[in-house]
Amino acid sequence: MSDVQTDFDIAGVKKRFAFINRKAPYGSIYALEILEMVLISAAFEQHAVIAFIDDGVFQIKKGQNAKVLGMKNFAPTYRIIEDEKEDADEDDDIDMEWRIVVEEESMTARGLTADDFIVGVEVLPSAELTDLLDQQDVVLSA
Amino acid sequence: MKFGLLVNEGPFTHQASDSAYQFAKAAIEKGHQVPRVFFYFDGVNNANKLSEPQSDDRNLVKLWGELATAHGIDLVVCVAAALRRGIKDEILAEGFRISGLGQLVELGMAMDRTLTFGD
Repeated sequence: MSDVQTDFDIAGVKKRFAFINRKAPYGSIYALEILEMVLISAAFEQHAVIAFIDDGVFQIKKGQNAKVLGMKNFAPTYRIIEDEKEDADEDDDIDMEWRIVVEEESMTARGLTADDFIVGVEVLPSAELTDLLDQQDVVLSA
Repeated sequence: MKFGLLVNEGPFTHQASDSAYQFAKAAIEKGHQVPRVFFYFDGVNNANKLSEPQSDDRNLVKLWGELATAHGIDLVVCVAAALRRGIKDEILAEGFRISGLGQLVELGMAMDRTLTFGD
C-alpha cells in the first residue's frame, strides 16, 4: 500500500504543449473533447501548438452545419482559441505563446486552402511541423 | 523518471488501456514512478466497477485499481467525459476519483514525460 499524491507542485512551471487534432469534427467525439482540453489549458498559461492534421483539418472548415446530424455545431468554439491566442500575443503580462497550425499536405490533399478556415492559421509543410512538434514538451493527440 | 499517462480508450474494444497498464507496471518494476494516470474520452469507462468480463479474461478495471493501491497511483477520471457516459461516483471502481481536465494539464506540467495511449 502506498499513499496517493493528488497534488503536484506546478508553481512556476512553463511547458510547451502540443494538441494534435487528427480526426474529422463529426463521426467521433475526439474533436470535441480535445477542444475542451485545449480550452482548459489556457487557464494554466502554458505555451501551446494547436495542430490540425489528416481529417482534423475539417474541424476548422467554414460553413459547417451539424443541425442535420442532430448534433451541436461546436466549430464557433475554435474562435475562442483564436481569441486566447490573440490576447496572449497582445498582452505583455501574459507569458503564453499559442500557435494554430495546419499541415499543408493534409490541407491540399482535401482541396482546402487557408481561406477555408474559420480561424487564422499558419500553414506548415509536414517536415516543418515535425520539427515544431519535436520541440514540444507534452504532445497530446486524438 | 516520473511518467504521466493519458488513457483515451475504454477497456476491451481497444488495446490502449491494456498497453497503458502494461507500461505502468513495467515502468514501476524498473524503478520509475507513475504518479498519475488520467482517463479521458471513452477511457473513463475503465473506472466502471459494473464491468464484468468473463472469468477467464483479464479484468482491467480491477487491475488498474490494484496497481494504483499497491503503488500509490492517482487514477483520475475526467468529470465532463465521465458524466456524458454515465460514469458517476455511484459506479466508480476502487482507486479512481473523478476530477476536472485541469488535472491532465497539471500532469503534463509536473511529470517528466506524458504518454498518450489511444486509438
